[in-house]
Amino acid sequence: METFESGGVAVTYTVHGSGPPLLFLHPEHFFAWNRTFVGQLAAKRQVIVPRHPGFDGKPPPPDFRRVDDLAYLYLDLIERLDLRDVLLVGASLGGWIALEMAVRDRSRLARLALIAPTGVKLGGREERDFADLFALSEAEIRKALFADPDRWAPDYANLDDAEMETIARERQYAAWYGWKPYMHNPVLARWLHRVDLPTLLLWGEADGYVPPAHGERLARLLPGGWLHRLAGAGHYPQIEQSAATADLILNFDAAPRAAAVSQGGVSPSSVPRGAVS
Amino acid sequence: MKVWHFSEMAYHPGWEELGDSLRNVIPSRVYDPRVGADLYHRYLDEWALCDELGLNIMVNEHHTTATCTTAVCTIPMAILARETKQARLLCLGMPIANRQDCVRVAEEYAMLDVISRGRVEMGLVKGSPFELSPANSNPADLTDRFWEAHDLILKALSTRDGPFNWEGRHYHYRQVNVWPRPWQEPHPPVWMTVSSPESARAVGARGYVVASLNTGYARTPLIYGAYREASAEAGRGTPAADRFAYLAMVGVGETAEEGRRRAHQILDYSRTTPRVASQFMFPPGYAPAGPTGQALRGFKRTIPLRDGSTADMRTATVDQFVNAGIAFAGTPDQVFDQIREFHEHVGGFGHLLMMGQGGHLSHEDTVANLTLFSKEVLPRLAEL
Repeated sequence: METFESGGVAVTYTVHGSGPPLLFLHPEHFFAWNRTFVGQLAAKRQVIVPRHPGFDGKPPPPDFRRVDDLAYLYLDLIERLDLRDVLLVGASLGGWIALEMAVRDRSRLARLALIAPTGVKLGGREERDFADLFALSEAEIRKALFADPDRWAPDYANLDDAEMETIARERQYAAWYGWKPYMHNPVLARWLHRVDLPTLLLWGEADGYVPPAHGERLARLLPGGWLHRLAGAGHYPQIEQSAATADLILNFDAAPRAAAVSQGGVSPSSVPRGAVS
Repeated sequence: MKVWHFSEMAYHPGWEELGDSLRNVIPSRVYDPRVGADLYHRYLDEWALCDELGLNIMVNEHHTTATCTTAVCTIPMAILARETKQARLLCLGMPIANRQDCVRVAEEYAMLDVISRGRVEMGLVKGSPFELSPANSNPADLTDRFWEAHDLILKALSTRDGPFNWEGRHYHYRQVNVWPRPWQEPHPPVWMTVSSPESARAVGARGYVVASLNTGYARTPLIYGAYREASAEAGRGTPAADRFAYLAMVGVGETAEEGRRRAHQILDYSRTTPRVASQFMFPPGYAPAGPTGQALRGFKRTIPLRDGSTADMRTATVDQFVNAGIAFAGTPDQVFDQIREFHEHVGGFGHLLMMGQGGHLSHEDTVANLTLFSKEVLPRLAEL
């Protein structure tokens, strides 16, 4: 476990594997369930995995509240570690942070791989771009987040109190950073043209939190956007289809658009920018 | 001891149809405004009666619920400020961290204080967990927002040479200047509700009235103890009894049976409180992550009995609630004895917040309950 400090905020991170740098920004829920995926990425990459402030049990300063703050923190981390040509991977909340980073400064970024990112609201004021998880029951949340919850969703009956506390704390900090406006930055859509990097969008077909249709609209707004939908996955394909998800990201890195279409066995549809199927 | 009559103005006619969820996700088509209007008027009549009986008045507010139709606490306060002459008017309270506009809160309290000629007692509360959703108020930074709102409201009420500037983390105003100024100087007395010793410490350090609601024999001494400790640490010495308030259901009757029946009906207030979906009971960050995490596995509200066991809050009996110290029920003698015993156990308190109406208790029963209490129990509470 390493520690990095910037702007009076400390962030802990771990480093896995070796190779060209990959920064993985975790989603709002179930951090511990991303280990397999991180290991798969680390087979070919040096993977840096920060824990967002607050999620680690150390409350950030009370004015460290915005996803913008997280974006600046991780841009600083990349500079401090002197990483170049970074493959930036973000899942859900982590994908939102990655987009906020990319609209600000892409000088050290090579590509983006975003797994069902939140952060960009595209629907009208009476439409929910993102299901209101805070108003759903546990059963509804499991169903929204997983294609096969019985197999993949954490089973609370088999977790100890410390693990349950971590899950509750993850929700607390999801609220801390994303309660209102709900899980998005109202002005982010305006600046997405600045993300002029190859950007793989990965979406689980069964995502009930941020529906795949949102990914299709988002892909059109990203200059290098490429949407790939995964069967047998909900909002967290890196948990339910970890090997396929890691392969897509690593192959996309090698040869962006060819990679997506080469995964025909996994992918029901691959949608390049402006060509939504 | 001062006694305050409290009712939540329940819309009990909707309870059966709404079933297991009486809060948050409930269609308003269940509410009949014609029935609701009659209920509002009778509840207001019961509060107005307090003025003649020597009782004081307590109102509160909740949102999107059939358990309480006081959606705006200052509305009954405003009506009662005109209709009453003697009773003090306690709002317990205003959920200030859920208010977008805190200067408006100061204006409402100031206006009420002037109209009532200085009879307002000003509750500033964090609010119940299920209140966050209707206000779309972030539970994860509630405490920080609460104290900033508190600081701003008190400064707005006590400043006499405004305007002043306020650019905080949560609230931004550049010209705060509240008219009218309040009747009481520098502002109406502050009350806060707490449910944990940690929260009680914050109130004790400031010397406000601390109100402990339904915390019974088990938890009230811990809460009052933490208040006393923090008061001493802050150099305020030993707090007087009037710094402590306790809320309980009170059913008194000519016979034990009648008093217990009234308490039984009022206790539907307690029994309906947990009829809320758990995601609204445990919004993220409202309570510490430890207990919130355990509640994700499932949760049942219980009341602690004096032998260390617990009873299900949805179904507990009058005896169990009396045992827990949450209800006082029976003849005037029995009720007085129960209050005295509880008073001794917790080290004294100066305000009994009496839920004299709750649930289906009828107007006639409520009037009889309040009248008998004021005649037969209230005078004896002076001994305590």
